[in-house]
Amino acid sequence: MNMHKTFACLALGLVLALGGTPATAKTPNDTLVIAKDMSDIITLDPAEVFEFTGGELIANIYDRVMMFEPEDLTKLVGGVAESYTVSDDGKTITLKVRAGQTFHSGNPVTAEDVAFSLQRVIKLNKTPSFIFTQFGWSADNVDSLVKPTDAMTVSLTINAEFSPGLVLNSLQAGVGSVVDKKTVMANEKDGDLGYEWLKNHSAGSGAFSLKTWKANELVTLEANPNYRHGAPGMKRVIIRHVPEPSAQRLLVEKGDVDIARNLQPDQIKGLAGNNDVVIGKYPKAGLTYVATNDAHEILSKPQVRLAMRYLIDYEGMVNSFLAGEYKIHQAVWPSGLWGSYDETPFSLDIEKAKALLAEAGYPNGFKIKIDTLTEAPFSEIAQSIQQSLAKAGIESDITLSEGKTLWPKYRARKHEIIVARWSPDYIDPHSNTDSFAHNPDNRLEAKLTGKLAWRTSWFDPEINVLTEGAAKELDLTKRKQMYAELQQKVQMVSPFSIMFQRSEQVVLRKNVKGFVSGSNFDLVFYRNITK
Amino acid sequence: MAHSGNPIAGTGTGSSPRLFVARAANLLFTLSLTFVGLTAITFIIGRVMPADPVLAIVGDRAPKEVYEAMYVKLGLDKPLIQQYLIYLVNVLQGDFGKSIMTTRPVLDDLIRFFPATFELASIATIAGVFIGVPMGVVAAVRQGRLTDHIVRVVGLIGYSVPIFWLGLMALLVFYARLEWLPGPGRIEVYYDGIVEPTTGFILIDSAMQKEWEVFHNALSHIVLPAAMLTTFALAYIARMTRSFMLDQLNQEYVITARVKGLSEMAVIWRHAFRNVLIQLITIIGLTYASLLEGSVLTETVFAWPGIGQYITNSLFNADMNAVIGGTVVVGICFVGINMISDALYRIVDPRARR
Repeated sequence: MNMHKTFACLALGLVLALGGTPATAKTPNDTLVIAKDMSDIITLDPAEVFEFTGGELIANIYDRVMMFEPEDLTKLVGGVAESYTVSDDGKTITLKVRAGQTFHSGNPVTAEDVAFSLQRVIKLNKTPSFIFTQFGWSADNVDSLVKPTDAMTVSLTINAEFSPGLVLNSLQAGVGSVVDKKTVMANEKDGDLGYEWLKNHSAGSGAFSLKTWKANELVTLEANPNYRHGAPGMKRVIIRHVPEPSAQRLLVEKGDVDIARNLQPDQIKGLAGNNDVVIGKYPKAGLTYVATNDAHEILSKPQVRLAMRYLIDYEGMVNSFLAGEYKIHQAVWPSGLWGSYDETPFSLDIEKAKALLAEAGYPNGFKIKIDTLTEAPFSEIAQSIQQSLAKAGIESDITLSEGKTLWPKYRARKHEIIVARWSPDYIDPHSNTDSFAHNPDNRLEAKLTGKLAWRTSWFDPEINVLTEGAAKELDLTKRKQMYAELQQKVQMVSPFSIMFQRSEQVVLRKNVKGFVSGSNFDLVFYRNITK
Repeated sequence: MAHSGNPIAGTGTGSSPRLFVARAANLLFTLSLTFVGLTAITFIIGRVMPADPVLAIVGDRAPKEVYEAMYVKLGLDKPLIQQYLIYLVNVLQGDFGKSIMTTRPVLDDLIRFFPATFELASIATIAGVFIGVPMGVVAAVRQGRLTDHIVRVVGLIGYSVPIFWLGLMALLVFYARLEWLPGPGRIEVYYDGIVEPTTGFILIDSAMQKEWEVFHNALSHIVLPAAMLTTFALAYIARMTRSFMLDQLNQEYVITARVKGLSEMAVIWRHAFRNVLIQLITIIGLTYASLLEGSVLTETVFAWPGIGQYITNSLFNADMNAVIGGTVVVGICFVGINMISDALYRIVDPRARR
């Protein structure tokens, strides 16, 4: 205990030297302070943002063409667009822009801005642009397919077979954010459509505007008093980069931050008796799954793929190290959303798996490699799977890697078994079925690296037809049915064993009200928060 | 070189013009060699690493076209040696490239993150010297007695306890329980932006602009992380001082001095300690340099926006411009501290003045 003594003396000396520093200051009443690990932000340009923290921030800065509002997260409503009409052939959508909206700059929101924002996504050609390019929009034709017809009307024409419902859903994604054309173009450099500038500035019409983003330090948002739903409850929102969860815990316990976002399950458990904080639990659309590589001789056998599903101890995991944060879900579209399929036919069954393996010609098992992420809880999940595989005679090696190392391997189809996660890009079942089930070209040189089906070399013509059919169905009831059928088939035959759906656990100070975190990563809203 | 020893101590920085030119040339040569070596090695490591810098920018779901466009934009389609030369030419023009993670020029980032580390490291080193050296000397003089044991235990603990754990414990005790000191962060967020960053050192800037409240806040924030690094520096310096002193105290000249009837204080400080100084300067220089690299763990626990976190984050994200830029800064620190140590040798040791 010498250390503590010396240390205490040392610190005491320093404190005295400081002349008695005031104790902790609580957060001001008009300011919300959030502690979060923000090391994932690389841009705040809505045409490029594809990361969790960035997605959440732009959701609060920009209004989108179509939106889910925090008041009802299940209902798609007009955001910047007040209403829309769909042509009889389902190919043209006419949007009516809501009157009286202004950007943070004071400029009015017009049809010109809406068309510019969507065209800009296509022309900049950043990662999330695929959400729009699938409609047949390209840099060459987008100006004629997406255009203002008068000051407050925009017409969108799609060049591909897609249900207009899907198009409207995609306008709710981050790329559907409406930017202030005048402000953005005033900051254009070398024809970059304001890309360099918008990375760390904002030009939106949402509830907050971006005041500062200091990487590795903090983000400050300022309330937009003229927001169309009225001024937000908080004048300012400060998000502090606190990478260490234990430090976040201390900060929220002391009241130096109002919300802590990255606490581990065991730390949350430790807060159970604390009356100053409440734990919010928000179901998310993120899925955790196991994928087997279909190019692998053994793993491509249908019986082996099916056996995999019986070699996962779903119950055991959600009742132990995943408790509180994960629930069992076995279909590609998460539960709680339109078009979900909630059947969970699989559970750990070693005998059944053994029988299937014997049928496939591997009664004594085989050797295989498992790849996964270093971060929790992936290594624990991989270990659990390793144990159940061993019970069926399958010997496995686990390799843990950082995402930046793992994803290139996955995209190059060099994995055997991978334990990974997936969140939808926008709230429409097609977002996931397109990735998990649709693989129009299985050749290596096709490089459809964005699609999980291609990455696992899984090619099933029948499933392809079903995926395309469901995406273009105009009738909603029928479309829903088609997704149920498609998901049931994918559940049985694909190389994917979907395992869990995640919930986000957030620690809030007792006085914080109105924090809303919806199913997707970018459905987190600050504007209704009061304290 | 035919320069005879300067009789006046303390002016050992070279007084003849020829010597000055020779030293300057020497310095320039060392600097450029360090620079080329550092950048080349970091560059090659960065390129052969399995992490993909393109994916770091476009994300793992990027379609082929987006991926390939970025691949070309980053110049990754060119041969490695050409990529390196392009980089080198840019750096010589003061352009370290842009960081992926922060979207800003790497140079701007370094100007922002390095002072945070510099402040911490300097305070820790100074405190480490002022506490560690006397501790080491006292321990050596009272070898085998209680004081010595205490110093040795403190040294052992300071050197072997994980700084991560120590940091969290310190937060728990001084921030959460006792409420003497503020929690993680470099400054209370509400003070952010009040002080115009002229030097980048928040303590200096706020003092210069007479923003005493900000100064006070920043000072109280730096105490815990600085104390963490101080424990590390202090432990090392005290241990080394003790063993250097023990060496000297067993020498015959010390016995002679004592026989001559000099007071114990004079024997220890004027005779033995002066001979320890040279070795101590090396140790202190090394400690300081290693602290300037940035302590990732301390910076993470205390949410300190320093260069250690910056380089580590960048490395995980294959943000190579940032990694190389950071490495060059650390390299320059090492060279600089070496030079300062050399200069100090000349001041302290007449033999080194030639």
